[in-house]
Amino acid sequence: MKMPSLLNTKRPPIFCPGCSHERVATSLDKAFILLGLTGEKIALVSDIGCSGLFDTFFNTHAIHGLHGRALTYATGIKLGNPSINVIATMGDGGLGIGGAHFLAACRRNLNLTLLVLNNFNFGMTGGQFSSTTPPNAQVSSGFLNQLEQPIDTCSVAKAAGAPYVVRCSSYNKKLSEKIAEAISYNGMSIMDIHGICPGRYTKRNKLTLKMIDENLSNLPPANGEIPENIRAEYSQKYKSVSENIGPQILSPPVSIEFKPPQTGRQEVMILGSAGQRIVTAGEILCLAGLTAGLSANQKNDYPITVLRGHSVSDLVLSTEEIGYTGIDDPDIIIAIAEEGIKRRNNVFETLTPRTLIIADVELEIPESEATIYRIDFKTNGIKSQDKAVASLGIMAEMEAIIRHEMLEKAIEIRFKPNLYRNTMAILEKVRGIIP
Amino acid sequence: MAFSFLEGNEAIALGAIKAGCTFFAGYPITPATTIFNTMMRLLPTHGGICLQGEDEIASIGFCLGASMTGHKAMTATSGPGISLCSEQISFAIGSEIPLVIVDVQRLGPSTGSATLGADGDIQFLQWGNSGGLPVIVLSPTNVEDCYTMTVEAFNLSEKYRCPVFIASNKEIAVTRESINIDDTKLPEVLIRTRYSSKNTFLPFKTSGDKMVPDFLPISDKNCTVRQTSSTHGVDGYITTSPKTINSFQERLKKKLCNSIDTFSLHEIYLEENTDTLIICYGITAKSAKTLYQRRKDAGNPISLLILKTLWPVPKTLIQKAAARVQRIIVPEMNLGLYVREIQRILKNKTIIFKGRMDGSLISPAQIEKEL
Repeated sequence: MKMPSLLNTKRPPIFCPGCSHERVATSLDKAFILLGLTGEKIALVSDIGCSGLFDTFFNTHAIHGLHGRALTYATGIKLGNPSINVIATMGDGGLGIGGAHFLAACRRNLNLTLLVLNNFNFGMTGGQFSSTTPPNAQVSSGFLNQLEQPIDTCSVAKAAGAPYVVRCSSYNKKLSEKIAEAISYNGMSIMDIHGICPGRYTKRNKLTLKMIDENLSNLPPANGEIPENIRAEYSQKYKSVSENIGPQILSPPVSIEFKPPQTGRQEVMILGSAGQRIVTAGEILCLAGLTAGLSANQKNDYPITVLRGHSVSDLVLSTEEIGYTGIDDPDIIIAIAEEGIKRRNNVFETLTPRTLIIADVELEIPESEATIYRIDFKTNGIKSQDKAVASLGIMAEMEAIIRHEMLEKAIEIRFKPNLYRNTMAILEKVRGIIP
Repeated sequence: MAFSFLEGNEAIALGAIKAGCTFFAGYPITPATTIFNTMMRLLPTHGGICLQGEDEIASIGFCLGASMTGHKAMTATSGPGISLCSEQISFAIGSEIPLVIVDVQRLGPSTGSATLGADGDIQFLQWGNSGGLPVIVLSPTNVEDCYTMTVEAFNLSEKYRCPVFIASNKEIAVTRESINIDDTKLPEVLIRTRYSSKNTFLPFKTSGDKMVPDFLPISDKNCTVRQTSSTHGVDGYITTSPKTINSFQERLKKKLCNSIDTFSLHEIYLEENTDTLIICYGITAKSAKTLYQRRKDAGNPISLLILKTLWPVPKTLIQKAAARVQRIIVPEMNLGLYVREIQRILKNKTIIFKGRMDGSLISPAQIEKEL
């Protein structure tokens, strides 16, 4: 049975007389007929400019969006429902403004078809130059096109990894067959279809069917599959890869097993440097709090570099609900690197004796009224990256905010068995250190 | 009882999964990246799709396409990314495409400070669309809100077929908090109403009192569906009829503004013996709450209204809360954005603004100074 035309008889294609877009529209319809597709199996995606009228001419699913963004919607639709045939139309204008999407779509290789209706200028806005306008053309952008090199859509597509690329004339006798082949291809297929814009471009520039053919013959051939780019289609690959990933869970909730040593709100600041596992120590302190039913809050401050610069963790633990998350008057400061101390230099000035600073004996601590407990990490065989967690051990020794059993449980929750044992060995080094 | 230790961004991702989100696309940007990271861990293994777009424009475009095939979709970014998304946001508004957009605000303007917090996008989110139509903006105050209000955001986007913003803040997004997630009550999950009549489907037709058109996906097996960013009639084709255009614009406005009283999310603490009310939102609500409790315990109370729906402006709620006080204090992590709405609504009250835009939190003591 011959499939009916999908052209919308209530809204026939209307272009300027002699516009090659009309030929592409009727050829696209013939391609749908050749493939035996009904309107429900097709999503036409268009954007802005004369090619953006395409969606209205067909009785298919359709989405018309913003200039150069057709491929973004097409990608969402195809991944949203891989069973539908997605065809995007774009002009040479859309190709330029949506260049990043074009490159990414070629690299991605989702089963989409992109028809670039290339007529060498912005027709709808009055003939300005586009990404494909030849430098010698007369356009309404003054001399600007003389200064830029036009891009060859197909060479770019190939270089970006598109596995199926065709360049042809709107007047090619086999255009509908070529479009049908592109739609049938299981992967990203791109057609750069050269045409005539009689309304704007050929008003000032000579371009005949013969000249289009001559121009095409001077460009590197692009007639279909690109052998070096053939690979698995994106949505199928996505499915097969994600099916083989085991279930991913975020850390499980922590049960309340212990009683906290103090009540009320307690604020802790860990002042260290990158590589000292400050963030991890902060997290362990909070998890320890959780094991005793404390509310906990952790904010970290570090630069974008890894293994260089300060690393600071602000922690609030409380038997009450924690409101304000800032730390203005810390109960405990763990000072184990110059970088961190420098970063929070302004906090020391206002400290009173109620603040306890657990400080590396080798560090200079800014003058303050705070109580200082100095620890000689080196003599006790504690390496730089273990100073933060060892300081938590000292807090547990003092029964300040946490107890040993809380800390041990937190380390068990946070680490795999190997790291758990190593961390417990570090804590052992500060056991009984306080007389 | 058991507690998890999560940051706001993780809670948003978990809330999205609970809300039935099956499609996420984003582009890495501090401080929103961990939403993408968490969705990447959770979605593909739940049968969903998580993508990293080539930029923010692509990411939100993927979401628009996926939403039109019936997926519940979400994207997340920060101020610089919202700026890029603006054009697509306008598309989602005008073409009634359900979508949740998370803006983890950081200190602006422009690329500003990637690791400092602010609430500087609060007017931008409402007015950053061409055409100036209303949007829904929700503002979480803590990790628990991030979890529950993401479900609210999806529900509202499905119910009203519109983009819904979650205006988070670096200070909530990447701060970890203890939260009893298993015992946290979530709203019932809603889905957009599907068109079920046998009559010809008109994608933007509403009838009677209904303000929101029924939905069919692009990919429906029985009926073709049109979607367009152009000004359209009920059939989804471009129109130039002033009458059609007017009724379309009015409907887009009324569908949200006429219903705001039904989704004015908030917390309110009204005290008898005070003539002062703090109106706040976002992370600053934590400081205000601390101050409220401190004053109450000291026998010197003040009242507090924490707004969690910022747009459309919950006018009735604000007027009611302020009825018995003369002084209103509005603390904000910007140089005075939402206070404009409060001044507009409470013309006869004394409005005191306390702003700060240097990457630091406003402390309870700083708010108290304004009392």
